[in-house]
Amino acid sequence: MRPRRPKLRDEVVTLAHGAGGKATRALVEGLFLEELDNPLLAPLSDSALLELNGSRFAFTTDSYVVKPIFFPGGDIGDLAVNGTVNDLAVAGARPVALSAGFVIEEGFAVADLRRIAASMARAAAVAGVPVATGDTKVVERGKADGLYVTTAGIGVVPPEVELGPERVRPGDRVLVSGTIGDHGMAVMVARGELELEVDLRSDTAAVLPLTLALLELGGAIRWMRDPTRGGLATALNELAQQAGVAVSLAEASLPLRPAVIGTCEILGIDPLHVANEGRLVAVVAADASDAALAALRSHPLGADAAIVGEVRAAPEGLVLLETAFGGNRIVDMLVGDPLPRIC
Amino acid sequence: MRFVDEFRSGELAQKLAHELVTLVEPGRTMKLMEVCGGHTHTIYKHGIEDLVPPEIDFVHGPGCPVCVIPMGRVDDAIALAERPEVIFTTFGDMLRVPGGRGSLLEAKARGADVRMVYSPLDALELARRNPAREVIFFAIGFETTAPSTAVTVLRARAEGIRNFSAFCNHVTIGPPLKAILDSPGLQIDAFIAPGHVSTVVGTRPYDFIARDYGKPVVVTAFEPIDILHATVMLVRQLREGRCEVENQYTRVVRRDGNPRAIAALEETMELRDTFEWRGLGWIAHSALKLRPELADWDAEARFELPGTRIEDPKACQCGEVLIGAIKPWECKVFGTACTPERPIGTCMVSSEGACAAYYNYGRLQRRRDRVPA
Repeated sequence: MRPRRPKLRDEVVTLAHGAGGKATRALVEGLFLEELDNPLLAPLSDSALLELNGSRFAFTTDSYVVKPIFFPGGDIGDLAVNGTVNDLAVAGARPVALSAGFVIEEGFAVADLRRIAASMARAAAVAGVPVATGDTKVVERGKADGLYVTTAGIGVVPPEVELGPERVRPGDRVLVSGTIGDHGMAVMVARGELELEVDLRSDTAAVLPLTLALLELGGAIRWMRDPTRGGLATALNELAQQAGVAVSLAEASLPLRPAVIGTCEILGIDPLHVANEGRLVAVVAADASDAALAALRSHPLGADAAIVGEVRAAPEGLVLLETAFGGNRIVDMLVGDPLPRIC
Repeated sequence: MRFVDEFRSGELAQKLAHELVTLVEPGRTMKLMEVCGGHTHTIYKHGIEDLVPPEIDFVHGPGCPVCVIPMGRVDDAIALAERPEVIFTTFGDMLRVPGGRGSLLEAKARGADVRMVYSPLDALELARRNPAREVIFFAIGFETTAPSTAVTVLRARAEGIRNFSAFCNHVTIGPPLKAILDSPGLQIDAFIAPGHVSTVVGTRPYDFIARDYGKPVVVTAFEPIDILHATVMLVRQLREGRCEVENQYTRVVRRDGNPRAIAALEETMELRDTFEWRGLGWIAHSALKLRPELADWDAEARFELPGTRIEDPKACQCGEVLIGAIKPWECKVFGTACTPERPIGTCMVSSEGACAAYYNYGRLQRRRDRVPA
């Protein structure tokens, strides 16, 4: 049950179109997919799947405009490498090579640029993938906010790997590889507008070792995503709609750092809508879920992994949350940017 | 999380829920209006309706400060924001509220300098750092947020900061409650009164509800346990035939409120003769404006405003939702033409609006009626 393609009715692009929620979907499906429609693009997954000479490749691209450029736990450089590696990894691919494009504002400090390039190199080395090609452009002062980075990547998908929403079945379990909301809240606090003193670090990391460990379990692994913009809620809503199933989460089982809970509470933001940059969400057959959890936890990056919910047949297309309080509610996609409440 | 988990204990919730079952009279529906949008949000976010017996019916009231701002005032705000010399500052959840000419977010995309702030003091700081610009703060909210506007204006005057002004849209909690109580066919049995606003005004402003209208009131905090506790207190009053103003939020709210905040309000603001409320229409003495001696910091006095009055969209039934006459999903456009991404009425804009809270969290029950789980 794929819902109708959303229409883009806005006259101008607003920040909401960039937030990863419903407005982003309207922009992508109502404009780009309409104009560029083709079978490779149409599934709108993290990576396109190509077949060349009998081999399957995953191909993806992503742009990074994070502000501040340096934040606790990372910077725009390792974020750009990890993000693209993750888009390939969750497609079941082993990354082969990356590209990197830099749009640099006149006046940007060379020392900062070197620091960013070094951090990209470290992240690429950890993921075992080279930055094989690149491009630089410099724009006038005021035309870019310091630095924008675009990365693309290509990876090989082994023949036995079969992943996708169509493989998800009622009864399957939902796993996350660690605490959620760390990156988004760390960056929000690092902007320094909140006068909050909180010790939060971005979770930016390549989830490749985790996806490779899960794929050892074969067909029991149904579907994987890295819940970035729009958070876990948006990733699971897309799954529920594409697969025509319901996803039921247990609030008490969600791994959350106290600092994330507290910051979200103060701002009136739901951690389920907050971006992650080094986390994996996977749907796994019920009888393999313990093995999958053990596989995730065997790696330091998956130490806080947890089974957080299950797939149900109905109500189709919805994500539900059993609250720790004993009630139930719907978890919707993010609408626009998460905006703090007034009181 | 310390000091929060205690108020979200599932075990304690079960105890209170059990107590409610023993308290209600089977078949006698009790309609409780939670006045504040924060309560509405909590009720849906924690699934409280699943925990209370079917005899308890929560009706969502008018206490969402974003929801009650009429479209004409949003257009006035946009007109201010579009002036080239102006940096227009606002709380985040006002950004998406549609006026007749779109929202502040859209005005920003067209080039207006609109910035989100977390406090009016942040806006004052922007004024200090941008002496060549005019910084205007979109002051909205009940007596909860009005004191922070008052303090900021007083500080601007004390420091002689002339490029800061407030576009004052503060409203008061008593008059809309009276308007609801006076509306024909009212079916509310009791009130869950707001917590935050009561930290400022105290519990006296609700006395008339119990005294003149014979309806029980409980001033209530915002955690799910608080709401269940208040529900028990109200049901007990109804069963015992009492109608009193009780205070559940004793950890913060005092009978006389916060005298310093009230003094700051009195020093800076006075009642308007009348003010338009979205969905409720014009209500006498229901809003605040800056006193004439503070005209130098009053955006309404310093800048030309279009002041156009815009009719609420015909299809929109926000007014009936705001007085509890219909449930959000009974509105003709709920979830179809009016959604959080394309709101027609303001109840769909803020996460505390009854419609948005219901849309975001609560559609489950109705889905369950249709689709057996």
